[in-house]
Amino acid sequence: MVTTERPEGPGGRGTGSARRRDPRQIAIWTAVAVVGAVAWAIVAFVRGEEISAAWLVFAAVASYAIAYRFYSRFIARRALQVDDTRATPAERLDDGQDFQPTDRRVLFGHHFAAIAGAGPLVGPVLAAQMGYLPGTIWIIVGVIFAGAVQDMVTLFFSTRRSGRSLGQMAREEIGPVGGIAAIVAVLAIMVILLAVLALVVVQALADSPWGTFSLAMTIPIALFMGFYLRYLRPGKIIEVSVVGVVLMLLAIVGGGWVQDSAIGEVFHLTANQLTLALVVYGFAASVLPVWMLLAPRDYLSSFMKVGVIVLLAASILLAWPSLQMDALTRFASDGQGPVAAGSLFPFVFITIACGALSGFHALVASGTTPKLIQKESQVRVIGYGAMLTESFVAIMALAAACILDPGLYFAMNMPATVLGPTVETASAAVQQIGFTISPADLTAAAQAVEEQTLVGRTGGAPTLAVGLSTVFSQVFGGEALRAFWYHFAIMFEALFILTTVDAGTRVGRFILQDTVGNVWPRFKDTSWKPAAWISSAVIVGAWGYLLYAGVNDPLGGIYQLFPLFGIANQLLAAVALAVCTTLLIRTGRARYAWITLVPLVFDAVVTLTASYQKIFSDNPKLGFWAQRDQYQAALDAGKTSLGTAKTVEAMQKVVFNTTLDTALTALFAVLIVIVLADSVRVWITALNGRPLPGGSEDPWVESRIQAPSGLIATREERELARSGGSG
Amino acid sequence: MSRLRAAWDLVRELAGERDYERYLAHRARYHPGEPVLGEREFWRERTDRQERVASARCC
Repeated sequence: MVTTERPEGPGGRGTGSARRRDPRQIAIWTAVAVVGAVAWAIVAFVRGEEISAAWLVFAAVASYAIAYRFYSRFIARRALQVDDTRATPAERLDDGQDFQPTDRRVLFGHHFAAIAGAGPLVGPVLAAQMGYLPGTIWIIVGVIFAGAVQDMVTLFFSTRRSGRSLGQMAREEIGPVGGIAAIVAVLAIMVILLAVLALVVVQALADSPWGTFSLAMTIPIALFMGFYLRYLRPGKIIEVSVVGVVLMLLAIVGGGWVQDSAIGEVFHLTANQLTLALVVYGFAASVLPVWMLLAPRDYLSSFMKVGVIVLLAASILLAWPSLQMDALTRFASDGQGPVAAGSLFPFVFITIACGALSGFHALVASGTTPKLIQKESQVRVIGYGAMLTESFVAIMALAAACILDPGLYFAMNMPATVLGPTVETASAAVQQIGFTISPADLTAAAQAVEEQTLVGRTGGAPTLAVGLSTVFSQVFGGEALRAFWYHFAIMFEALFILTTVDAGTRVGRFILQDTVGNVWPRFKDTSWKPAAWISSAVIVGAWGYLLYAGVNDPLGGIYQLFPLFGIANQLLAAVALAVCTTLLIRTGRARYAWITLVPLVFDAVVTLTASYQKIFSDNPKLGFWAQRDQYQAALDAGKTSLGTAKTVEAMQKVVFNTTLDTALTALFAVLIVIVLADSVRVWITALNGRPLPGGSEDPWVESRIQAPSGLIATREERELARSGGSG
Repeated sequence: MSRLRAAWDLVRELAGERDYERYLAHRARYHPGEPVLGEREFWRERTDRQERVASARCC
């Protein structure tokens, strides 16, 4: 057992002793509970009449408030025993750069900006094919008991370990095998993540001169901002960001003119041309100096993030749109969903990762944020609170998708190869799965947002953009601004994704350089050009290839690749939760290990079931290997077309892609089993009281600074600060 | 008025604009009397650090 706990136990602010039942508090929380219960009842039980999307938002917010107030407090005080008399790494190791005590509100903003991007906007839209109810329940329940818990507990333990990364903690606390598996998992998920997100961009911008022009303009805008900050007025971040945002809005307006003008053709790119452009861009962004593209783009995207979320929440409350999608469609049970195959269990939990439980967050919650946190008790607002906020974004995205006419939703989200080339074939394909939309309505929907077509625009971004443009234009600007809002939504999603592509390629490059560096030390030097170029090319090549395969997949790239992305992300969550559980057990908190063990077991069952079905299912719609067999058999029999693959080459492509998909799924499943088996070994050893190597909690050092725990300081905290306690 | 001022400072801090002020405060506190970077050099160095330390961005 580690005995670095302060002997007399936690506390220090004297709140534990003075717990009185405050009637006002009781009244407030009873009211919140009642609002939540009413909203949940409406969402879950009202059938046959349309309900407002705002009820989803109410159910979510009331649940978050209760979970934050009671569950996260329980975890922080009882299980983790956060200790504000203990100096955090930011205070102990303050070097003014990596380690620096940072205002909790500022850190909350930075942490949120780092965890939330396009992910919570895309997954819920795709999961809407099963109806709004499964997604809503998973997003809310998942975040409360799994996602936010993972983020907070990881953040806490990393804070107790000088901000060690997830991979380092896995190596030290579980062992070298689990540690290596964790690093391979991180690299693999990064590649899949970038490929799928880039695919979303390609699907949104293909044959759309307006969208392509607007997004292309962000490059000169970012360059301008970069030069401004470098040479003209260094450090003037707000003014340059405001200028950048205004220029971007102009670029969106300008896109409408460009589309109708002669130069529109220049920006009319096919999916394959866009793929090439993204790959070239990704490589350039990874090797160019940070100040030119990456840093300014990050500012733009953070500014947009705040604006969009506020706009979205306000619009849903003001426009009060009603949900058109059913609470539960038949795809939840029959697994024949046209957007991505597989039934509710386990695939709803795979499709919605960001917003409910996202393993990727553990990379931010360990490493960066813990080096800046002022007080241990702030893990609650930053770890748990920021994740609740991301979940709130996911709920709004789900609502925006479900207010669309289901016929239009499916016409947009079924693979283009299934829908066929015209609005008539698309209308017929939608009819086949039991929904209706007329060809005229499809044309009208595209015209309303001034796009050539909306048919087969998979990937979630265009669907969300149509939903948002409907809601926004009801509140601001009416029909006249429909097309503007559509392209505004496409633009910010693409902007978030490009930011992730920039940063992700660079992070992947660093991991690769570090790994190769163990064999060839010089390769570790991130400023050594050949190493930077080679490793960037490898990472970009890997996601670029998957992207290319996805764009040209006869079965539909999103249909095939999105489940892989979900499995990879949930795999990383399993690694993070396994590390958390190990740490709880090893640090003498075994009686609270269920806090992360229960979500870990659930997540492992989900991920392994999904991988199993993706590899071994006999149903060729669901199982990659069954697909491969089906197409190989057809090729062997001399057939020249099968299903949506109309040529021999297309059929060969399917065989190759499905083989690769099977291999990747199997790799993920093996990695998770390794990490779990290694963790269980450590748990048993620890519970039997046998000694274990490793383990590296920092020694207790007294804290000399004062800082509030919550986002808003309590009266006591303010008085303490005023009486000269602040450091 | 002071509340407005505090709110504006918070926004600036959120955007990262107060980093140089914080750096000066840090130097004054922990390394008094030692030379400090000029404003321009500080911002340059701060951005260039990102070349060596990548920050993860999720989806």
